Amino acid sequence: MISRDDVVQVARLARLELSEAELERMRRQLDGILAYIDQLKALDVAGVEPTSHAVPLTNVMREDEAAPCWPQEEMLANAPDRAGELFRVPRIIED
Amino acid sequence: MTGLTIHELGAAYRRGETTPTQVVAAYLARIERLDARVGAYLTVTREAALRAAAAADARHRAGTPLGPLDGVPLAVKDVLCTRGVRTTCGSKILERFVPPYDATAVERLAAAGAVLLGKTNMDEFAMGSSTEHSAFRPTKNPWDLARVPGGSSGGSAAAVAGDLAAGAFGTDTGGSVRQPAAFCGVVGLKPTYGRVSRYGLVAFASSLDQIGPLGQDVRDAALLLGAVAGHDPRDATSVDAPVPDYAAALDGGVRGLRVGVPREYFIEGMDPEVGRAVREAVETLRGLGATVEDVSLPTTDYGIAVYYVIAPAEASSNLARYDGVKYGLRVGGAKDLIEMSSRTRAAGFGAEVKRRIMLGTYALSAGYHDAYYGRAQKVRTLVRRDFARAFERVDLLVGPTTPNVAFRLGEKEDPLAMYLNDVFTVPTSLAGLPAVSVRCGFSAAGLPIGLQLIGRAFDEPTILRAAHAYERATSWLARRPSLA
Amino acid sequence: MSATVGTGWEVVIGLEVHAQLLTRSKMFCGCPAAFGAAPNSRTCPVCQGMPGVLPVVNRRAIELAIRTALAFDCRVNEACRFARKHYYYPDMPKNFQISQYEEPLAEEGVLEIDAEGASRPIGIQRLHLEEDVGKLVHEGTLETARASLVDYNRSGVPLMETVSKPDLRSPEEAAAYLKSFRAVLVYLGVCDGNMEEGSLRCDANVSLRPRGATELGTKVEIKNLNSFRNVQHALEFEVTRQRRALEAGERVAQETRLWDADRALTRSMRSKEFAHDYRYFPEPDLVPLTIARAWVEEIRAGLPELPRRRRQRFVAQHGLPPYDAEVLTQSRALADYFEAAVREFPQPKTVSNWVMSELLRVLPADDERAIQGAPITPARLGGLLALIEDGTISGKIAKDVFEKMFRTGDDARAIVAREGLTQVADEGALAAIVDQVMARNPKAIEDYKKGKTAAAKALVGQVMKATGGKANPGIVNRLLEEKLSKT
Repeated sequence: MISRDDVVQVARLARLELSEAELERMRRQLDGILAYIDQLKALDVAGVEPTSHAVPLTNVMREDEAAPCWPQEEMLANAPDRAGELFRVPRIIED
Repeated sequence: MTGLTIHELGAAYRRGETTPTQVVAAYLARIERLDARVGAYLTVTREAALRAAAAADARHRAGTPLGPLDGVPLAVKDVLCTRGVRTTCGSKILERFVPPYDATAVERLAAAGAVLLGKTNMDEFAMGSSTEHSAFRPTKNPWDLARVPGGSSGGSAAAVAGDLAAGAFGTDTGGSVRQPAAFCGVVGLKPTYGRVSRYGLVAFASSLDQIGPLGQDVRDAALLLGAVAGHDPRDATSVDAPVPDYAAALDGGVRGLRVGVPREYFIEGMDPEVGRAVREAVETLRGLGATVEDVSLPTTDYGIAVYYVIAPAEASSNLARYDGVKYGLRVGGAKDLIEMSSRTRAAGFGAEVKRRIMLGTYALSAGYHDAYYGRAQKVRTLVRRDFARAFERVDLLVGPTTPNVAFRLGEKEDPLAMYLNDVFTVPTSLAGLPAVSVRCGFSAAGLPIGLQLIGRAFDEPTILRAAHAYERATSWLARRPSLA
Repeated sequence: MSATVGTGWEVVIGLEVHAQLLTRSKMFCGCPAAFGAAPNSRTCPVCQGMPGVLPVVNRRAIELAIRTALAFDCRVNEACRFARKHYYYPDMPKNFQISQYEEPLAEEGVLEIDAEGASRPIGIQRLHLEEDVGKLVHEGTLETARASLVDYNRSGVPLMETVSKPDLRSPEEAAAYLKSFRAVLVYLGVCDGNMEEGSLRCDANVSLRPRGATELGTKVEIKNLNSFRNVQHALEFEVTRQRRALEAGERVAQETRLWDADRALTRSMRSKEFAHDYRYFPEPDLVPLTIARAWVEEIRAGLPELPRRRRQRFVAQHGLPPYDAEVLTQSRALADYFEAAVREFPQPKTVSNWVMSELLRVLPADDERAIQGAPITPARLGGLLALIEDGTISGKIAKDVFEKMFRTGDDARAIVAREGLTQVADEGALAAIVDQVMARNPKAIEDYKKGKTAAAKALVGQVMKATGGKANPGIVNRLLEEKLSKT
């Protein structure tokens, strides 16, 4: 069963602020979904290769050719806050 | 002037019976009149549409149309980036995001002369099966406005069903094109993974997402697919293989085709009307000359569980970029960066998106990674093997698209109940295979039922040919929703 | 040094070096990878992590990494793939970094270093590729800044991370490793090695254990070691700090510390009450790579001779002193320059002297581009030395000619002809000048006769002065000797 502490820890990893009420509701819902997912444990997957891609492609690469960059203003246009040519963010405190 | 299929419109343009401008104007007027009730669109690009229509007029007048989509009014799901047109993904967090680039699919549609009417409503970040999880408003099912259109491409399906666009594009990660197509009684196709470029499709679950067409009939779906399919050097997962002429491959019937019917696709708790309609459809195919075989896909039951590990895991990663730094929403007043990002994400994402981010983060986190993500990837291999085994014996699989018809708005409050709606569409997504949903009847309440045809990788022509043969042998398309 | 010698502790160090690869474009998009431009002017939707965009691998970056792996005798893995590494930081636009985790490009290599006069193999654990992040500018220091500013120009530049095994046993060895490492990369042409601009960055893991112990002590990671000096100083500081702690019976905390070069100390970065959980999984937007043996062999065939082997060859083949060989192999351009000049003028020691004393007086030995673009080509240096050899000019004049060649880019012969610097080698003309000088300096002749041989030198000097330095010193010496013996 997923604990409240687990939910707090995961919310922190996911950068999601959850209210007390949301925390408990989230815990309950995740618990239900995880219980459903736990049916996978019944399957024997010993020696089974994992699938990470649905189509078996390999070695897709591009040549090392420099293309023109995008106009600086276009790349900054969506910024919620900026200082001239730079994106601006509130002060950084490590976690 | 609205309500014609794409191929009928093309013929009308060629014969000079009408013009793209007249048709586009008619669609815009209809949207204006009816969309407040349906809620198919988040953004209508009226001016750009009229400009594009005028350019198409000129090409048709000169007798040099660009192809079957020239001057055809289409809608695309608001998860495909459109240069200069806001692309919200149905989310508050991207409410004001204006991409400086077009998705490859959007670019190809423009190059084919298609006219973009606007961007359609969707479940936020394509997470949902009812379009109720749009941050802006729900979309209603044109067959019954009290019911959902399905999701997550509910806006696109409703637009086509309600004659608010001649055709549309959605995206399908676990059924998000096929399920709304079934609920709205239109044709919806999820191509083979890698068939259509994902460049500019705002990612939900990268290893599953595909762009797919929604059309009024199979021929329209084939024409729409042909316009966007093909290799794109900007998408490393797009396959460099020739694109067949899908419309030309429609004829030929089903005689000699081996049709497999997966026994796991008829389950307890499924709407009996759906089961009955699908079995009748199988008989119709048999009557047309197909041979029908009973097949088994034993891991079907595990599909949803695998999907709800892999898709949220990838989503938790793909959605990490929405942090209030570079674009989109930022909540002000925070004392530092972490608080700003955490509050922005709390305010910008809806409950379903948060749930999946949490689920995915948990499934990837230290101590749980192998038990959830690792195991799900292995079961995904088993799901693929099921299909591979079945396709040794048959040419295509046929079953229901969904276990039930469109449900009422607000009916499925429990997230898991909503997820289970995707039981028949998710396995195909996990295996990367193509599948199409076509109308195969109506419930007693007059709601459409969807028949799903699943093919081998890159064998869209076979499922389209079978769907087309079925469509021509039946008359389900004659019935239309009465919006106004 | 006191930190490492004469204690009961053994120092264990491993280095992680990040090198920016010399590609034209970024790792996953076509933006130029070059350093320096207006902020956010070298970006596109891909390297800014906008919604919906996709990465595509730069083939050249893979090639350069394989090249490096081969130089370190690594095993190049046949199957490798990219993975997403998740953590939030505003310089990383997607809040995950495309890196490699379980299946890196190469593993298990070795780098020979020279430590205390002997050569020692240092193991290389793994070598993988990833994308660089953007740059943060703080309004003030990180601790006091009210806001920070982000420039994504560097975001997506290809980075090669090479992790050594914990085989290094002293700060000096760590610095020697980094020097050898840098030299190899620069030689291979995979990185410009510029540590100030951040093309090469180093983090260290350091721990102490009682001498003779087999288990490793608690390791501390030190970040921000961006010069050879910093690597050595930071590690010396850290070794002393850990030794003092251990000797005082304290425990060393497992943590990340930042080297503060200005204050010459390491300090703890905010303690990790909350450990990182990177949640790696295979990058779904990129397909796996299968590195064909044929490709690897093709790259191997194109590998240049590496500095260490070349240094040894310079001693064996050219008969150079080890010191000269070391100086001349500091960069591939310099070693190439030397060998090209030797082909023109096959007296290796003379060429070495001129390169070391004259060329390196005006150009930095490790600046590949400066050496390659030197206004005096190896052929021209050879030409200059030939003029000394055949007596056209003196060694002294040659130094002036060298400077003029460097300034004007002209060849030696043209400068000598233009400025009339040819040695006076006409015996008749020189004999007359010698006679005049002797006539003017009877005192010197007297002194010479009394056995003061230095007096003859003074007379040579007078003759040279009278000819503006152009007299052939050999002929002047002989004439003077003859004439003095006759008086």
